[in-house]
Amino acid sequence: MRSWVFFLICVAFAAGVFGGARLVGNDYAFFAGYVVLQFIVLAQAWNILGGYTGYVNFGSAAFFALGAYTAVFFHKFHPLPIPLLMLLGGSVSGLAGLGMGYLALRLRGAFFAIATLALAVVLQTLVVNWNYVGGARGAYVIRPESVWLIGNYVQYLFLLMLALAVLAITTARGIERSRLGYGFAAIRDDELAAEACGVPTLRLKLIATTLSGAFMGMAGAPFPYYIGYVQPAAAFGLDYAVNSIAMPMIGGTTTWIGPLVGAILVASLQQWATVTISSELGLLVVGLLLVGFVVVAPGGIVGLVRKHFPAASPGPRLGRESKTADAP
Amino acid sequence: MSGPLLEVANLGKRFGGFVALDGIDLSVARGERVGLIGPNGSGKSTLVNCICGTLANDTGLVSFDGERIDRLDTHERTRRGIARSFQLPRPFASLTVAENLLVPMLYAGNARAGARRSATELAARGADLLQLVGLADKAGHRPRDLTQVEMRKLELARAMAAEPRLLIADESMAGLSQVEVAEIVALLIALNERGVTIILIEHVMRAVMQFSQRLIVLVSGAKIADGAPDAVIRDPQVERAYLGQ
Repeated sequence: MRSWVFFLICVAFAAGVFGGARLVGNDYAFFAGYVVLQFIVLAQAWNILGGYTGYVNFGSAAFFALGAYTAVFFHKFHPLPIPLLMLLGGSVSGLAGLGMGYLALRLRGAFFAIATLALAVVLQTLVVNWNYVGGARGAYVIRPESVWLIGNYVQYLFLLMLALAVLAITTARGIERSRLGYGFAAIRDDELAAEACGVPTLRLKLIATTLSGAFMGMAGAPFPYYIGYVQPAAAFGLDYAVNSIAMPMIGGTTTWIGPLVGAILVASLQQWATVTISSELGLLVVGLLLVGFVVVAPGGIVGLVRKHFPAASPGPRLGRESKTADAP
Repeated sequence: MSGPLLEVANLGKRFGGFVALDGIDLSVARGERVGLIGPNGSGKSTLVNCICGTLANDTGLVSFDGERIDRLDTHERTRRGIARSFQLPRPFASLTVAENLLVPMLYAGNARAGARRSATELAARGADLLQLVGLADKAGHRPRDLTQVEMRKLELARAMAAEPRLLIADESMAGLSQVEVAEIVALLIALNERGVTIILIEHVMRAVMQFSQRLIVLVSGAKIADGAPDAVIRDPQVERAYLGQ
């Protein structure tokens, strides 16, 4: 299926989801749905770097928070429409991803992961000490009650996150089926061999860190408007870092379907646990699922399905997908 | 363009106090089949790594087709036409055999050809290479399904997919049976007949002698012999290096 056809199908599906949620008429559906969609974006974003190229990023929360604090900054400096704030948040986080790439991409494995964690700590410290965006005490962002054409503001935020999720899924799928995707897979499997095959590994890894960071930043930008009050401990929260890793790993990291399935499953479970048992139980659910999948099904849900139904494995991607092998 | 395809001049490489390469000079003509031999630790793999860009040389220079390349990244050298196979096969484990060939075709082959090829053209070229190395029936398999000799063939096919002018085969026959060694030698000669210059690094002397038009011997990071294979193996210095005094 061509990328634009897939995109149109996603848009149609998203329109159906939004229409269905409006028919339900329950505000909580939009509140909970927003979180699930946000994690779909974060999971796809993490997977572009962690799943496709094999570089594990423990600093997802930092990119998410950069997007959120970009929105806070502009909210105080010069209020802008949220779609524009998402673009700005994405740009700032994308640049941070590029910078992190230059600094850390010569590291591999645990060393790279530790470097990304260190980046999150450094950025959190900077934000804690930056009074203009609220510092350690946090910042209030009063959102309007309603928005033109859509009405309820939370529904508007839900719609924006839905659009971003469609964009993230389409981008991830597009990468997977392109020249870039083969380059990423080669890097993940054997970087030295990839370089010997003509793959410009550093450039491709920088593309991955930039794209991954940008999507995380875009997901973070509406967060202050969703939550109303943002503080460093919330924006840089452990649950963003853990969920961003756990969801693709539970779903399966080598394809766009894995993070989508993982995010829907885990985020929905967390929402259910939050409402029915305890809000603290969410991370426990993720932890247990992650341990279970690492032990029982390291390939995630997608890996399990492919193991038991080999016919579900895709054939050569580039050959099926496009008539010309486009350069990234 | 006339002149040698590969020229290495005064190439030096140290690892701390250990001198791995000590002022190596060599040149390889277009279309030539060169054997590179030497005892373990003589610097063969270091030389290959310096030529391919995996290691940076400390002194000297490497020129390819008249252009100095020793400050270029590995992928840039591959795109200029230098490809290698690895001593221990390093396939892309998550990709199929056919997709393993697609990576160099997309990144090096297209750059060498100066054009984007259609997916159909790429598939046809991959199928041709797999046919040449005898892996046509394994195209859809993962590398983990291949035998040792098939893995070696995949290494060579993947190197060829980059459309090199110079192929460096690093111990492609280690651990193979006599029949399998003969298969790989025949394959390398077939690749050479397609116009590819080949440097073969090997310990299997029968294969080296059968394959090489010229033999270079390294010992302790220095070149001690360079010439016709029959003459080189009778060289007293070479005999001393291999058999001791």
